[in-house]
Amino acid sequence: MKTAAVITFPGSNCDRDMFVALDKIFNKTYRLWHKGTKIPDDVDFIAIPGGFSYGDYLRSGSMAANSPIMSEVKKFAANGGYVLGVCNGFQILTEAGLLPGVLLRNKELKFISKQITLEIANNNSQFTKGYNKKHIEIPIAHHDGNYFCDDATLESLEENNQIAFKYLANPNGSCKDIAGILNKKKNVLGMMPHPERAIDELVGGLDGLPLFQSLLK
Amino acid sequence: MKARIHVTLKPGVLDPQGTAIKKSLDNLGIDSVSSVTQGKYFEITLNENDKQKAEQTVEESCKSLLANTVIENYSFEIIEA
Repeated sequence: MKTAAVITFPGSNCDRDMFVALDKIFNKTYRLWHKGTKIPDDVDFIAIPGGFSYGDYLRSGSMAANSPIMSEVKKFAANGGYVLGVCNGFQILTEAGLLPGVLLRNKELKFISKQITLEIANNNSQFTKGYNKKHIEIPIAHHDGNYFCDDATLESLEENNQIAFKYLANPNGSCKDIAGILNKKKNVLGMMPHPERAIDELVGGLDGLPLFQSLLK
Repeated sequence: MKARIHVTLKPGVLDPQGTAIKKSLDNLGIDSVSSVTQGKYFEITLNENDKQKAEQTVEESCKSLLANTVIENYSFEIIEA
């Protein structure tokens, strides 16, 4: 994979950080506005960034999930294209039906902003195969990161090895300490922590880098 | 035509905001409240004269946007005004 794209919705505020991370690694990175109805033909990987798209009105990610560009993202994913949703991006992917479940208000009702340790639960996906250690340190910053799904969905996630990351010390009440999940085909990843904030030793550490680097292969 | 829509959390879905609201009612001395859950209320005005069509439109709006059916139930009434 050589070409990436990051989508900006009204209220996205982590799109620039995501662009900086992708630009560091990919040959070419597009910045796409949510009203666009075409994804450039050379795009191999799409990132949906964090923030407060549409002010979190109605439900976080619910309006962005219906933006014009999302029907193109759905087609792209259906054709095997790789998609990463971070934080609000994860919320948008669940609202768009590209990932199962939903992100609820954090159990303790507080916005949480801190560095956290994650366990890599699936080390074989295109996103996670670049890690040679079991635990990584990634920043989180969210109010609605409490992952929820019904028992049948949870069983399916576990059976199909779709849980990508788990919290070691669950900060938000997520069921089974889930921090990130993959779709069945393993080409779509949604996660609440921000790997794009862990690509520089000076700020946030380097544990986010392998996720983006392994996408190149 | 007007539609009045209620969207509420399915039983069993954690509602920490409802719990916090109950605690605040307790603090106000209103102590006969045993539980609170918080939902959403929408009013939609439709350019529609056919009640059945209006119901279909509202049903579709609820399913596709107003409610996340993973965690929410919805109910509505149509008022011919």
